[in-house]
Amino acid sequence: MVFIWLLPATFAAIGTEACAAEEAANKAGNKITDSRKSGYDFMSASTQALQNDDSQNPAMLWVKDGEALWGREAGKDKKSCASCHGAAPKSMRGVAARYPAIEKKTRRPINLQQRINLCQKDHQHAAPFAPETQEMLRIESYVGMQSRGLAITPPRDARLAAFTQKGKVQFEQRMGQLDLSCADCHDNHAGKKLGGATIPEAHPTAYPLYRLEWQSLGSVERRLRNCMSGVRAEPYPYGAPEFVELELYLAARAAGMKLETPGVRP
Amino acid sequence: MARTLITVPPNPKKNTVIEIRALIQHPMETGLRPDVEGKLQPRNIIQRFECRFSSGGKSDVIFSAELFPAISANPYIAFNFRATQSGTLGFQWTGDNGFTQAETVSLVVV
Repeated sequence: MVFIWLLPATFAAIGTEACAAEEAANKAGNKITDSRKSGYDFMSASTQALQNDDSQNPAMLWVKDGEALWGREAGKDKKSCASCHGAAPKSMRGVAARYPAIEKKTRRPINLQQRINLCQKDHQHAAPFAPETQEMLRIESYVGMQSRGLAITPPRDARLAAFTQKGKVQFEQRMGQLDLSCADCHDNHAGKKLGGATIPEAHPTAYPLYRLEWQSLGSVERRLRNCMSGVRAEPYPYGAPEFVELELYLAARAAGMKLETPGVRP
Repeated sequence: MARTLITVPPNPKKNTVIEIRALIQHPMETGLRPDVEGKLQPRNIIQRFECRFSSGGKSDVIFSAELFPAISANPYIAFNFRATQSGTLGFQWTGDNGFTQAETVSLVVV
């Protein structure tokens, strides 16, 4: 009689034990599969503090200006962003997290700045902001901030695959007089030092961001151009299709990581 | 007009020490850097920051600072203040080329 009582008890014990073990393995597994680090994790505590607090983050100056731009009428129809999109915190939530994306007419990928330019041209009938101008950075940072805390989610669009692949090839292509690829530093030597600076893993988690070295806000393309001139390669112009493809690959590589826009970096 | 971000804790309790934060957009050009053509860019900095507290017809400077070329762009200044009564905080930045920026924030002590 004793074993009859024992058996269910033993099974139950094994059952819960197996469950617990499975859960622990899952937890550990998740940690192992996602060992990716945002540039934030490589920063000093004092630089992290700047990003953590909106009342200290200098990038918020651009965001506040962007908020004003969102409601500013422009073009011959006197339309503002808000005329079509309404309140940005609702309508722009998640938008920055899914760009670059395919543009319907040209069937080519465009980044967020190019999307803003298209809106200005087609819907506002206004002069588009040139890339990397203060105005462009303001509106981009305001739109970008609405996705803060959301995971980077490249669109599930089969048409993107070929472009993302081109971006990957570029990422691994050696270039410039120093003959280095992006992957040489950011895949193979991430976390090590380049001069006094730590090499991050090149995840575009916080753009546009305030870089202490720039003493200003800058887009991901400014960062890419910096890296290219760093390896003595000739940088592509702003908005070049090569950059959009590279941004696509970076987004795919960082898929699932949280957006921190507007970030601060050293 | 420069964009500013001023943070004052809302409705502090009487006699508590509060932290006041003021951030302003400004290039703080040192006057020592050449431009792309090799010519020195003229100095353009904020020289002075001042915060006044006004209440019941009385106005006192509660904090002031002199700024120099070594201070970064978009300077951020934080200081502490004992909130003894309600009033108005007046912030003033003055600098090269006649730069001046004034902001006011009301302080309501409970």
